[in-house]
Amino acid sequence: MMERLVVVGNGMAGVACVEQILKHAQKFEITIFGDETHLNYNRILLSSVLAGEKAADEIQLNGLEWYAKHGIVLRLGIRITDVDAEGKMVTGDDDSKTPFDKLLIATGSTPLIPPMDGLEKEGLFVFRNLDDTRALLDRAAPGKKAVVIGGGLLGLEAARGLQVQGCDVTVVHLMDTLMERQLDLTGGSYLKAKMECLGVKVLLERSTTAILGNGKAEGVAFKDGSSIEADFVVIAAGIRPNVELGRKAGLQVNRGIIVTDYMETSNPDVFAVGECVEHNGTCYGLVAPLFEQGKVLAATITGNRGPVYRGTIQAAKLKIMGVDVFSAGNFSEKAPGTDAVRYEDPALGIYKKLTVRDGKLAGVILVGDTSESHRYMDWLRSQTDLTAMRRQLLFPGPADDAGLDVAAMADGKVVCGCNGVTKGAIIHAVHEKGISTLAQLKDSTRASTGCGSCTEMCQQLLKAVAPEFQEEAKKSLCKCIPFPEDKLREILRSQRLRSVQEVLEIYGNGVGCEICKPALSYMVDMLWCGDHDEDRSARFINDRVHANIQKDGTFSVVPRIRGGVTSAKELRRIADVAEKYNVPMVKITGSQRIDLLGVKKADLPQIWADLGMPSGQAYTKGVRMVKTCVGTDFCRFGVQDSTKAGVELERRLEHLYTPHKLKMGAVGCPRNCAEATVKDIGLVGQEGTWQVVVGGAAGKKVRKADLLITVESTEEALQAATLFFQYYRENANYLERTYDFVERKGIENVRRDTVYAPLATQQGLRERLRKSKRISRDAWLEGDAPRHPTQFVQIEPLEKVQA
Amino acid sequence: MNNKQWIRVTAMQNIPLREGRSVNVAGREIAIFNLGDRVLAIDGRCPHQGGPLAEGIVTGSTVVCPLHAWKISLETGSITKPDENPACVATHRTRIESGIVLVEVPEASQEMEERPLSCREQNRARLSASPSSSPAL
Ligand SMILES: Cc1cc2nc3c(=O)[nH]c(=O)nc-3n(C[C@H](O)[C@H](O)[C@H](O)COP(=O)(O)OP(=O)(O)OC[C@H]3O[C@@H](n4cnc5c(N)ncnc54)[C@H](O)[C@@H]3O)c2cc1C
Ligand code: HEM
Ligand code: SF4
Ligand code: FES
Repeated sequence: MMERLVVVGNGMAGVACVEQILKHAQKFEITIFGDETHLNYNRILLSSVLAGEKAADEIQLNGLEWYAKHGIVLRLGIRITDVDAEGKMVTGDDDSKTPFDKLLIATGSTPLIPPMDGLEKEGLFVFRNLDDTRALLDRAAPGKKAVVIGGGLLGLEAARGLQVQGCDVTVVHLMDTLMERQLDLTGGSYLKAKMECLGVKVLLERSTTAILGNGKAEGVAFKDGSSIEADFVVIAAGIRPNVELGRKAGLQVNRGIIVTDYMETSNPDVFAVGECVEHNGTCYGLVAPLFEQGKVLAATITGNRGPVYRGTIQAAKLKIMGVDVFSAGNFSEKAPGTDAVRYEDPALGIYKKLTVRDGKLAGVILVGDTSESHRYMDWLRSQTDLTAMRRQLLFPGPADDAGLDVAAMADGKVVCGCNGVTKGAIIHAVHEKGISTLAQLKDSTRASTGCGSCTEMCQQLLKAVAPEFQEEAKKSLCKCIPFPEDKLREILRSQRLRSVQEVLEIYGNGVGCEICKPALSYMVDMLWCGDHDEDRSARFINDRVHANIQKDGTFSVVPRIRGGVTSAKELRRIADVAEKYNVPMVKITGSQRIDLLGVKKADLPQIWADLGMPSGQAYTKGVRMVKTCVGTDFCRFGVQDSTKAGVELERRLEHLYTPHKLKMGAVGCPRNCAEATVKDIGLVGQEGTWQVVVGGAAGKKVRKADLLITVESTEEALQAATLFFQYYRENANYLERTYDFVERKGIENVRRDTVYAPLATQQGLRERLRKSKRISRDAWLEGDAPRHPTQFVQIEPLEKVQA
Repeated sequence: MNNKQWIRVTAMQNIPLREGRSVNVAGREIAIFNLGDRVLAIDGRCPHQGGPLAEGIVTGSTVVCPLHAWKISLETGSITKPDENPACVATHRTRIESGIVLVEVPEASQEMEERPLSCREQNRARLSASPSSSPAL
């Protein structure tokens, strides 16, 4: 008969350990108890769920089919309340009794709540599991004041998530340094500046003594007598290992359940793994050590006692976009014989420190630039002798490309730190199982399923060793010019090419076609901010005559009506024009504008002059309009002046061209009357804030726009919108709408590259936008000053022939 | 033979490089293109749904109709995209005299008689008779 293994805790360590056990042998009948009602999920990514970067169902790790496949009985929503170690039985809070031959305790830990008054009040939250996260998401709303107690990894990630949801967040920390377990004073001050730059307030050296409020949390009070207001409070002040079951089983327990190097407890039939254990005086709170423990435990419990666990060098990475923080090992400079090697650039917000002891790396702190973290982790793990490299410690070695980097790595080196997957293991999996995609690699080795920072390396490895590896094929623009568009942009920029024909002659077939010519025309215009050699022959007819060609060869005229706001005088002029030129149809468009259809090309200049209004660019890949609602001006629900904001946004961007048409919207409240959430860029008014959303669509495809950022003032909203606008202009492929662009890039990356980008990057985008805008002009001015004498003219033959 | 005539149409510089212009000659809409080294002329309307070919993007010696992107050879009048397309546009000989573009068109009365002839046959007949284009300037 098979032995019965009962696992308490359906969390990260427990299930990972079961996965390892299954690799050794199918010798157990396994039952897993979990008091959460969810299937096993990646707890690390709760921060991403809170920040709206991932949906709750995207972080699941093992689906029901996995449990079924291995014959595992899963009991969710049941809490184990008692263990009878003698009688080998566990009791659940449903009064069920389950016998076991072997017991595995993987109960993790619970949030530590420091003693203070008023803990019973409504509006107090912790951040540990999916239910906590959902509750926080329900509670978070723009303008709500959130106080996060605790300035460690967890507290900061919680603060950031809430702030992305629009809350006004203050982090309160007991110590004089944020993340003091990972950072020294200087590193902490860089981090503080970065958090404040994102809009999160930070209070240091405040000991919270009470939650204030009448029944519900309304503020927090500090030991120094001061206090701040709060609509709700999140406590992230540390964790406490769940050891009660260990005690009940009569195990040796200190802060955690004590285990040996073989991952044995004081009872040969009871095991423990994860945050609830203490090894060699240390309780771990990160996943990497737990997985290492799980591997050793799996060997021991299956009768393959041999591998030992000797502790883990702790490494921590803050998962906040735009705030790069990495810390590993021991950064203290106090130990005798320790040298600290530092690099600091306050303007760029970069701080690096290595502690070196006896010629070897003892610890590392990286703030603002964590690109070298893998190199340092390697030095830490392998205890490489650094004497010969002393001059290059803080600078990348001689430039070799990243591909070589992976090639140079020893097989034993760890690629995925979270799951402890080595390069050798990945290569082995590729050869054994014929893996050729990242998804298969994740399934098979779990590499890159943790924090995701090794994805790039995994991909490089696959590229190097998987024979069938297919990198996402880069599509070249067209047959005439066989380069992908990002490459072309690079070529045009570096070779300083300003005309389409020049590009085609040097890099293409010299001729071009209807696909690449307009694309290249856009590219030179965008790259040189309007200071390019315009070649109208490379433009589609609409962009030669600034009107929309119709099926009968006539044109339509849509003047710009900013924000859809017009006047009696303007309407009268439009009516006069319609009559004077016998316009066959006058139509209100779906974009709050007026379209005059069926106009002859030769009449265009005169019509434009009579209208006296700028081009609405309805015929081109460019800035269409900002649709607005009446907002605070007239609407009884309005909380933001959407009309004014929309008109201003349109004014700032009009006359510019984009990779595809760009439609915007601004609404005065979440009722969304002008449908801003299905526009390429939308401003959604809220009480006291604006949500800036991007990548929406309501055409053939319908897509709700993603939240870019929530800001307080209208000016900030406009700034965020225009930043995204220029980013889209510079990085999208021609004819790629924002909704495809945002999906291709991933909204996290879009945020990182725009509103959370380093100041210098943002300034660059703004400066180029400013320059383009300065050069741009209303296309309809060409009516008076045509680029070519016959641009709008119907040519009459010099000789008349009798027909 | 004598049922065609050369018509002085317009100054060369009225047609920008790699663009087309439409002109009504003897009751016929004709699109004239400036390819730099030569000038080519074809009937002005697309055989698909009548798109104005003079407004198309020129790519080498073809023009792309602005409405649905049929590709038409300016040399032969045949359709190069979509493939296997029997439709065809009439081509017209051109010549340049002291900066003025001349186009050879059927006389109005003759044209009426020639209608039943498919444009492909017309072109074939003409192509065998003489080169379809003349050097610019
Ligand atoms: C928001 C957040 C972000 C994090 N980010 C990172 C990161 O970036 N990097 C990193 O390395 N680590 C991170 N961590 C820490 C990491 O998630 C934990 O170290 C890891 O999940 C611990 O695994 P575990 O299995 O020991 O505990 P858990 O994953 O907590 O699993 C224990 C499970 O057992 C259940 N349980 C407890 N008692 C009982 C009982 N009596 N009966 C039945 N079920 C019970 C619990 O409900 C829980 O589901 C983060 C944690 C959080 C909360
Ligand atoms: C050649 C084809 C097309 C023409 C001529 C055309 C023309 C127009 C015009 C003139 C308007 C009003 C524009 C304005 O006021 O600025 C409009 C609006 C709109 N078009 Fe098109 N369009 C075309 C293709 C498409 C396609 C392919 C889609 C969807 C995939 C689309 C979706 C829309 C939508 C959703 C609106 C309304 C926008 C709003 O209400 O905010 N159009 N179109
Ligand atoms: S979106 Fe809100 S503010 Fe604007 S019109 Fe609708 S209800 Fe009024
Ligand atoms: S009318 Fe020319 S392609 Fe359709």
